[in-house]
Amino acid sequence: MHGRPRNASKPEEEAASAAKAVQLRSLQSQFMTNHHDKIYTNEAIELSTKLLEINPEAYTAWNYRKLAVEDRLARIEPDPNLVSAILDEELRVVESALRQNFKSYGAWHHRKWVLSKGHSSVGNELRLLEKFQKLDSRNFHAWNYRRFVVELTNRSEQDELQYTDDMINNNFSNYSAWHNRSVLLSSLLAQNADGFMPNIKIPEEYDFVHSAIFTEPDDQSGWFYHLWLLDQTLNVETPLLTSSWPSHGSSIILSGAGCLSGSSSMFTTFCSESGSFPLILYFDQAVGGVSSSTVTIDSELKGNEGLVWEPIPNKNSQVSCVWVARLKYVSSDPCEYKVKIRVGNSPGIVSSRGYNFNAPYEFVFTAHVHDTVEDSQEGIVSWTDGFDIWDAKSKDLNSLVTLDRLNAEMDFKWRQEAIDSEVECFGILPDSKIGKLTLARLLMAREAMVSDDAVKGVHYEEILQLYNDLMALDSSHYQYYKDEHSKAFLHKVTSSSESLSRHLLRYRDMNNLVCLRLNNLSLSRIASVEKLLFVQMLDLSHNELHSTEGLEAMQLLSCLNLSHNRIRSFSALDSLRHVKQLKVLDVSHNHIGKHSVDTTRYLCSSLLSNSELGQDDVGKQNPGLVTKYWDAYCVLRDLNLKQLDIAGNEIAGEEFSSFVLQVVPKLVWLDGQKKLGN
Amino acid sequence: MFFYMQILDIDGLQNEDGSFSGDIWGKVDTRFSYIVICCLSILKCLDKINVKKAVDYIVSCKNLDGGFGCTPGAESHAGQIFCCVGALAITGNLHHVDKDLLGWWLCERQDYESGGLNGRSEKLPDVCYSLWVLSSLIMIDRVHWIEKAKLVKFILDCQDMDNGGISDRPNYAVDIFHTYFGVAGLSLLEYPGAKTIDPAYALPVHVTNRILFTK
Repeated sequence: MHGRPRNASKPEEEAASAAKAVQLRSLQSQFMTNHHDKIYTNEAIELSTKLLEINPEAYTAWNYRKLAVEDRLARIEPDPNLVSAILDEELRVVESALRQNFKSYGAWHHRKWVLSKGHSSVGNELRLLEKFQKLDSRNFHAWNYRRFVVELTNRSEQDELQYTDDMINNNFSNYSAWHNRSVLLSSLLAQNADGFMPNIKIPEEYDFVHSAIFTEPDDQSGWFYHLWLLDQTLNVETPLLTSSWPSHGSSIILSGAGCLSGSSSMFTTFCSESGSFPLILYFDQAVGGVSSSTVTIDSELKGNEGLVWEPIPNKNSQVSCVWVARLKYVSSDPCEYKVKIRVGNSPGIVSSRGYNFNAPYEFVFTAHVHDTVEDSQEGIVSWTDGFDIWDAKSKDLNSLVTLDRLNAEMDFKWRQEAIDSEVECFGILPDSKIGKLTLARLLMAREAMVSDDAVKGVHYEEILQLYNDLMALDSSHYQYYKDEHSKAFLHKVTSSSESLSRHLLRYRDMNNLVCLRLNNLSLSRIASVEKLLFVQMLDLSHNELHSTEGLEAMQLLSCLNLSHNRIRSFSALDSLRHVKQLKVLDVSHNHIGKHSVDTTRYLCSSLLSNSELGQDDVGKQNPGLVTKYWDAYCVLRDLNLKQLDIAGNEIAGEEFSSFVLQVVPKLVWLDGQKKLGN
Repeated sequence: MFFYMQILDIDGLQNEDGSFSGDIWGKVDTRFSYIVICCLSILKCLDKINVKKAVDYIVSCKNLDGGFGCTPGAESHAGQIFCCVGALAITGNLHHVDKDLLGWWLCERQDYESGGLNGRSEKLPDVCYSLWVLSSLIMIDRVHWIEKAKLVKFILDCQDMDNGGISDRPNYAVDIFHTYFGVAGLSLLEYPGAKTIDPAYALPVHVTNRILFTK
C-alpha cells in the first residue's frame, strides 16, 4: 500500500499475480481449517510457517502459533532442552519474517511473547536489534523492542544512554536516538542519579547538541532536542504563584450593582449584584489541592469560612493554573477591611507532575465597602465615548511587580548562564530560519528570567524584529511566527507600568471601570493574562484573534469588544463561559458561521456535557435550533449578558437573533437596539 | 449491535494501568485506546471502562516533544498522536495536551517543496498523514500553522488522473486507504464540494452531531 510505483501492469504480470493469489488463498484456507479445528501437528505448524514467510502480516497465524506452542509445552516433559527447542524455532520464524518485513507488528509482538516465557539472552536480542537498527535506525518497532528488552533484563539507563551516544555520533540525523536520550536523561535527572545534576548535565548536553545542529542545520532532530533542553533550563519544577487579584498592597472598592457618587480614579471599583468578589490565584503551572485548608484567609469580612476554591476552566480535572474563590461582602455595611491571604498555609498544593508548592506566600490588600447611591442605569455601553485618561498616580499597577521568584528557586545562576551562553552562540548565525527562531526563543527565555525591573523589557524589540524577519523568510510557518509575535508584543506591553499605562483608560459611565485598549494591533494571540487580572473592560477590536483562549482568568471582565476579528464560531468563545461578570460582549463583524470546520469544538468543555443539551425550556421548545446553534446556546446560556452585538457575521439573521433572545431573556441591547419588554 | 457489544468483554481488555490490549495475547498500544473510546462513545457506553485510568495511560505516553507514542517512552508518531489526541478530545481531556508544543511539532511535518505532510521528521510526505496530522492540528486549534493551500495541492497531485483514486505520493499506486484519507483531508481543508467531517471521528459532522446531541 505504501511506496509502490504506479505502473500499468502487463498481461503476463497480471497472470503471475493472479496465480500467486490463488496459491495464497489455498494456503490461507487450509491454515484457517487447522486453526478452527485446533490442529497443532508438525505439518499444520509448518503450513503456518509457510504462510508467514509469504505474508508476515498474517496476524492470526502468529496467534495460532502461540496456541500451538502452549499446546506442545503442555504435552512434553518439563525438560529445558525440549522447551528451548520449541521456543528457538519460534525465534527463528520471527527473525525470518522480520527479514521480509522488519516493520511487522505481529512478528515483533510474537518475539516479545516468546521472550516473556523466559527464553533467549540479552546478548542475543541486542545482537538482533543491532542488525535491524543498522538497516533502519528509525525503525520504531526495533526501538520499542529495545526498551522492552532493557526493562526485562534490567540493563542500566546509563548504559542505554551510552548507546544513544554511539548512535548519534554515528549519524546526527537520528530523531529516535535523540528521543530515547531525552527519555533516559529525564529519568536520571529526576532520580538525582550520580553524576546527573541538572546544573552540570544540561550545559553538557547543550555542547553535545551543538555538534549536531551546526554540522547538519537542516536536520530537525537536533533542533527539537535543543528545544527540550531550553524547557529544562527555563522551567522550574516547583510550582510558583505568578500573580493574584487583588494583589499585595492594593486597595479595592466594593459595592453593590449601581452607581457610586464620585467613584475613584485611583483604585479599582468592583460592583456586584451577588455581593461577592473574586479572589484569583494564578500559578505558573497547573496545580491541584487549592482549598480552604491550603489557602487561608484572615479578615473581618463575615461569612467567609470554608471558602470553596474552583479551578478555571477545568472543573472535571481539578487541576489548573487559575483558581478562584468568591469572598462575600455586604454593601449596605460600609467599612474598610484588611484581608490577609496565605497561599500554601498547609501542604497540599501539588503540580500535575507531582511537585509540591513549598514556599508559603502571604499577601495583604484592603477592601473598602461602599454603599450605592442610585440604581444601575441600563444605558448602552459605548466603546468610543465616555473615557478618561489613566491617572498616573493610580495604584492598580502594583500587580505588575514581579512576584519574587528568586527566593523560591535554587540553582538560578546556572540557568541564566546557560541561556546567556546559548544566546551568544546563536547571535552570530547566518540567515537560517531555525537559527533565528531559536534565538527568538532564547531571548524570550532570558526575558522570563529577568527579575530586575530596571532591565526588564530590553529584549523585546529584537524579539519582535526576529519574528518579523521570520514571517518574511518562511511563509509556510507565517501564522506560527505571527502568534509568537503577538505573544511577545503583549509581554512587552505588560513589562512595565509605563508601557501598560499607555493602553489604559477609565470608563466614566460605569464607576470608572478600568479599560485596556489593545485594538488595531494585528494581534492573533492573547498572552500575559496573568498581568491583566485587574482589567474590567477590554477592547480587542480590529485584530486577528480566532479564539478567546486565556481570557477565562480575567474574572473582573464585564465588557469585552471582539468586533472585527477572525472568530469562526461560538465554540471559540467557550472560555468566556467562566467570566461570570461579563455583561457586554461585541462579536460583530467576525467569521461566525462562515466556516464548516470547527477548530475549537473539542476544546469547548461544554460539548461533552451534552446530555444536558436541550433539557431546559429553550431546549424543549426548539430542539432543532439548539442542535443547530449548540455552541452559541452553551456559551450564552451561562452568561448574564445585558448587551450583545452579533451583526456582520454569516450566522446573523432573524432566526439567530430570535433564538438569542430566548436563550438570554435578560438581554437589554441587541446590535444597538433596545429590546422591548425589558 | 448493542447486544453484541455486551458479549465482547471490553473492560476485560482494559489493564490495571488503564491501557487496552488488542486481544487476549496482551499487545498494548494507544491505537487500541482510541478504538475503544471512539466506539464506546458512539454507542454511548463509555461507562463500561474506567475512563480516568484510560486517560491517565494516554497521558503517560506523552513525550517531551509534546507528541505521543504507542506505549510510554515510545517515539512520537503522527498516527499515534491522532489516536491519543482523538481519545483525549472525545473524553474532554485536551487540557493535558501542550497545544503550542505539539502544534509546532505537527506543523513541522509539512514538506516545504511538495506541501505534503510526513509522520515523523526526516520521513517522506504521505497522503495518509493528511488525516493524522491535519485532524490532530484541528482538534488542538493549531491548523492555521500549516500552509493549507500547499497541502491541497499535494493531495490533488497524488490523484491518478487516468484511472482515478489517490496514492500515498505523486505517481505511486493508488489504493482505497489513501483515497479515503486524501478525500478526508480535502474535507478538513474545506475543499469546495467536500462534506464536512469531524476531526476526532472522521465521520460527517451531521452524523456525529446526531449521535452526540441526542440522548
